[in-house]
Amino acid sequence: MSLLSKANKEALTSPLNLNNPVVVQVLGICSALAVTAQLEPAIVMGLSVTIITAFSNLIISLIRKSIPNRIRIIVQLVVVAALVTIVSQVLKAFAYDVSVQLSVYVGLIITNCILMGRLEAFAMMNKPWPSFLDGIGNGIGYAIILVIVGFFRELLGAGTLLGFQVVPDWCYEHGYVNNGMMTMPAMSLILVGCVIWVHRAYNKDLQ
Amino acid sequence: MNALRKYFDKIKPNFEEGGKLHAFRSLYDGFETFAFVPNTTSGVGSVNVHDAIDSKRIMSLVVIALVPALLFGMYNVGYQNALAAGQLENATFWGMFFFGFLAVLPKLIVSYVVGLGIEFTVAQWKNEEIQEGYLVSGIIIPMIVPVNTPLWMLALAVAFSVIFAKEIFGGTGMNILNVALVTRAFLFFSYPSSMTGDDTVWVAQNAICGLGFDVPEAFSAATPLGEIAAGATALSTTMFDQVVGLIPGSIGETSVIAIALGACLLLFTGIASWKTMLSVFVGGGLTGWLYNALGLSPLDACQHIVLGGFCFGAVFMATDPVTSARTEGGKWIYGLLIGFVAVTVRVLNPGYPEGMMLAILLMNVFAPLIDYCLVSRNISKRAKRLTSK
Repeated sequence: MSLLSKANKEALTSPLNLNNPVVVQVLGICSALAVTAQLEPAIVMGLSVTIITAFSNLIISLIRKSIPNRIRIIVQLVVVAALVTIVSQVLKAFAYDVSVQLSVYVGLIITNCILMGRLEAFAMMNKPWPSFLDGIGNGIGYAIILVIVGFFRELLGAGTLLGFQVVPDWCYEHGYVNNGMMTMPAMSLILVGCVIWVHRAYNKDLQ
Repeated sequence: MNALRKYFDKIKPNFEEGGKLHAFRSLYDGFETFAFVPNTTSGVGSVNVHDAIDSKRIMSLVVIALVPALLFGMYNVGYQNALAAGQLENATFWGMFFFGFLAVLPKLIVSYVVGLGIEFTVAQWKNEEIQEGYLVSGIIIPMIVPVNTPLWMLALAVAFSVIFAKEIFGGTGMNILNVALVTRAFLFFSYPSSMTGDDTVWVAQNAICGLGFDVPEAFSAATPLGEIAAGATALSTTMFDQVVGLIPGSIGETSVIAIALGACLLLFTGIASWKTMLSVFVGGGLTGWLYNALGLSPLDACQHIVLGGFCFGAVFMATDPVTSARTEGGKWIYGLLIGFVAVTVRVLNPGYPEGMMLAILLMNVFAPLIDYCLVSRNISKRAKRLTSK
């Protein structure tokens, strides 16, 4: 069996588009609204979730046959919690500013529906390598939406991207004002809605 | 009128299937039905029209009811400008009115062009008839913003609210939230400094076309509610000015008298529900009295009702037939809660001097729930009556 057989490719790429965890399954919305006020935390959050989903999928898949069915949620939680703690500590050590901005939301990755969903729906019944790819795919699918929303929120809400000013000064001199509502979670819900709108407009079979 | 009818008939073939202007048929249709009542009636045996007046006429009447407040708002814009410049004795009535007219007109035009533009485009795109709902929102929107709101902000907010508060839900008659208030809420949360900010937003600062006066730098005028929110215990304006409307505020909201004229028309023609209107005033008055008696607010019940957008909201926005409660009992609950929430926000939240917008939007959201509860209560009551026999 090749490493990137058709089924494996499917596991990796379908969450990017037709089975996207955020815009199609509508999971992980809470953190998508909370951390996307700026682009940088959105990227870091997307990466963290990708890493955690991939490795928790891998680990659970490796031990899936020895997990007693009745306590499987507990076992999954322990694995996820361990990974979340590691990621959180790494962020604190190497990217302290971002980890302060993300505050509790890194810890709350443990409650992210995408993770438990993938563990239950995929890792428990698939081999390690496809599970790992599925985790990567879902993490990136989540990250893409976060980056899109974070891009627009930072651009329109603060006039910057990754902290650098993008909107030129002459705009401000001519009366342009940053949109304060973009920095509020309410607006990111509407932005996620817009992304879903565009996505479904291109994929008619999802409507 | 005949000439207009003939003109419509003459250009009609252009818009029919195969005509060269077929792409603009909804535009034609919209203007034709606006000018003339459609003469098509339902056939025998099918569902019958239950009211002679169609929604375009209702909308037109509401617009007429809004005109006194709009005209007074224009005058007040000029008056506030002259007052701020210290030139009140040099200003004439017509000078002030035309200054205000010129200050407000661009907002009206922007509001209508953007809002109707989107409605017409959507109607054309979906192959539907033009929905006339924006007729009223379009005139209300310029009346509930400060005179110094930049036009691009207004255009953006109108586009946002027409698309996201109305078209997404299915267009006129399907919206959950009042479109005009969503526009204001968008402006309020997006550009707070241009909406309440530093108190320079309420008075037009510069002369327009030779009319009006340049206001000296660093002048600011707070609305009465703004003064109270800033910690004042007494108002700088008299009760007379507040009732007549010669105070700083959003363009159309200041004059109680002009709004009362509109209210009379709405009530006389039966377009607005007197239950909703009355209960908003009762709710606001009682709550204002309560907070005043508890010592939380220096304003008494009467002032709470007169000041800010309370009257305007109660008369023109709480009574919006689409977004308000529809059951008769529900109207009382809906209105009372609007009054209660509006005054509560004013008194208890120091960040928001005015609570009418938030109160009406909040109750718009709850209106279907109120209706649902009342209807199911009625159903269970009748079911009991049936079984107890």
